[in-house]
Amino acid sequence: MPSARTLRPGMQYADLEQQSETAQLGMWLFLATEVLFFGSLIFAYTVYRSAYGHQFQLAGHDSFILLGSVNQAILVTSSLTMVLALRAARAGEQRALVWLLCATAALGLAFLGVKGYEYARDAASHALPAIDFVFKPGYRAPAEMFWTFYLISTGLHALHLSIGIVLVLIFAVRAARGAFSPAYDGPLEVVGLYWSFVDTVWFFLFACIYPLGRVMT
Amino acid sequence: MSTAAADLLQTYLGEEHTISSWLLTHDHKRIALMFFGSVTLFFFVGGSAATLIRLHLVNPAGTLLQPEMYNRLFTMHGIVMVWFFLIPSIPATLGNFLIPMMIGARDLAFPRLNLFSWYLFNVSGLVALYFLFVGGVDTGWTFYTPYSTLFANGHVIAAAVAVFINGFSTIATALNFVVTTHKLRAPGMTWFRLPLFVWAIYVTSIIMLLATPVLAMTLALVAIERLMGIGIFDPSLGGDPLLFQHMFWFYSHPAVYIMVLPAMGVVSEVITCFARRPVFGYKGMCFALVSIAVIGFFVWGHHMFTAGISLLSAVVFSMLTFIVAVPSAIKVFNWTVTLHNARIHFDAPMLYALGFVGLFTIGGLTGLVLGTLASDIHLQDTYFVVAHFHFIMVGGTVSAYFAGLHYWWSKITGKHYPETWGRFAAILMFVGFIVTFAPQFILGYLGMPRRYYTYPADLQTWNVLSSAGASILAVGYLLPLCYLGWSLFYGRKAGPNPWRATGLEWQTSSPPIGHNFLRTPQVTEPPYQYDPRDGSYISQDGIRHA
Repeated sequence: MPSARTLRPGMQYADLEQQSETAQLGMWLFLATEVLFFGSLIFAYTVYRSAYGHQFQLAGHDSFILLGSVNQAILVTSSLTMVLALRAARAGEQRALVWLLCATAALGLAFLGVKGYEYARDAASHALPAIDFVFKPGYRAPAEMFWTFYLISTGLHALHLSIGIVLVLIFAVRAARGAFSPAYDGPLEVVGLYWSFVDTVWFFLFACIYPLGRVMT
Repeated sequence: MSTAAADLLQTYLGEEHTISSWLLTHDHKRIALMFFGSVTLFFFVGGSAATLIRLHLVNPAGTLLQPEMYNRLFTMHGIVMVWFFLIPSIPATLGNFLIPMMIGARDLAFPRLNLFSWYLFNVSGLVALYFLFVGGVDTGWTFYTPYSTLFANGHVIAAAVAVFINGFSTIATALNFVVTTHKLRAPGMTWFRLPLFVWAIYVTSIIMLLATPVLAMTLALVAIERLMGIGIFDPSLGGDPLLFQHMFWFYSHPAVYIMVLPAMGVVSEVITCFARRPVFGYKGMCFALVSIAVIGFFVWGHHMFTAGISLLSAVVFSMLTFIVAVPSAIKVFNWTVTLHNARIHFDAPMLYALGFVGLFTIGGLTGLVLGTLASDIHLQDTYFVVAHFHFIMVGGTVSAYFAGLHYWWSKITGKHYPETWGRFAAILMFVGFIVTFAPQFILGYLGMPRRYYTYPADLQTWNVLSSAGASILAVGYLLPLCYLGWSLFYGRKAGPNPWRATGLEWQTSSPPIGHNFLRTPQVTEPPYQYDPRDGSYISQDGIRHA
């Protein structure tokens, strides 16, 4: 693993710039597969939502839009701190870099905390398909399906976010040990790409889940 | 590049001999060999299931196997052959070995990811073997709902997990190939100087990246529905089984191109070398690969003509199916023109490659019969379909895989295989294949459905013929295992470029040294500069060889 002290590219690369570009391209391609992964889930959701619009609106109305919105704000802020961390690395501001990475991870943890609280509220209102699901007035089978998609998609997102938090923390430790410098920040940018992607996914999930049934005509 | 100097260095095989030097290696060539071991194992696992199926079908009353066991065997045959042999076969073994060498790189872009992919593959393989030994699955390789989620006995979830993990291995390898092709080409190796094998693997990898995640999600949903009993595809809970089919075939039709495009790459390399002529229409070959990949994403509905999709979408999917045949035909025509008036050398790789062209053509043309709405109503889910896709995948891909193995064997091992045995096995495989699968076109046309374990007695003649062919085919597949294995110990030592070929992989020692080249090659020539008049050639690093 190259560090600021031993700035040597891997044996298959001509120089550090090529190595860094290669890593970024790899992450972009990985994110393309992730788009298809989440995309196919959202596609299935969309098919059923257009088939059972009313039922999905009824069910969506019971989601906790305030918690979802708070989480949206938290994640967008975390993307800001992530980008500022990258800027700090390029400016050679070691302390700022470490703190901004820690702030990013902390915001990620805050998201998970709010999400956990929201799951507890969901459970308390008996909205866990197959485990504890009570059909509320007007609910038919597709309403349960809405909650199934809700749990699968937000659960997968939380898994991705958890991986992101671990990565950012590892990078914070490496940054504290002086692994990055203005001449070598490639891996940070790769993690930043991943983090922004996970943030972006939440935009789509938010739009699929929380506004439903709140603008009923 | 001085090959004499390279000979003095240790080859990638001789650098270290410990087991950990293999299990922890980052060398793409060693990882390629480890993939070769894994997929060969699964080829014979899947093949033994096929053998039992053909033995069973000799008797119209089907007395050899119990019905349940029969269902589990054809399911296992499908799952193992599709995901554990055909999809990784050419990319993960030959592609892994050759992509860096052909573009003049020292390794793949992400060597550790490459090793990780091999471990993922084996973990998924162990899960697959687990569900096979504890009872298997009887859904068919297609996992159709609601049968797979509501009714099937057996280990559907374990099978889905195996395929899911396997998909991540595929994605890791594909990502590596795409990034490597973009970023690690040697100086002068422009896109239109890339060998067609690299183009084929590159395009295949793009399909893998875009299609595999959809399969992963689809199978995850199947597993969740089966595990939790909640409605996703279950019609009684508002689900739509056709949605499963759409999502499954959105992956599984492009998967056909994942299996056959690398084969086309191998065949392009072999035909031009043994015809001693440049490939006819090189750029056309590149664009044909790309357009097959693009159009191939929009034809999945032809698997669902009889499943209840609307007439309009059926007509559109049928038309798109005809359009995807055009670039495939361009490739066949270009190979044929390359061979026209050439002085052809009929060595074993060339025999396998020519077998590919013939069998792929039959498989492709019968695909049009199935893509036609009216005839598909008659032929859907019959042995005609079985014969059609075996012509593409076994006649096509497996033939090309053996063509590639023989062609690059001396490069990989540094030893010659016995040529006479190679030619004999090639012919045996071709004959065995025709005898096995040609009767199945007739059986299907006569109305024998696939996956049935008994059949009317008047169809027995064709079935016995097919089973007899399968026994020839089995010998054909076992022979290379014997003589290629023999050649490792007793084969003649091979020089760097026994076929007098133009690619960069031939401009270094056999077997190659650790990081492939002593110096990074400078590429000045397009591929395939073979002179048809006197058999001379110019290798891609610009050296003329008389």
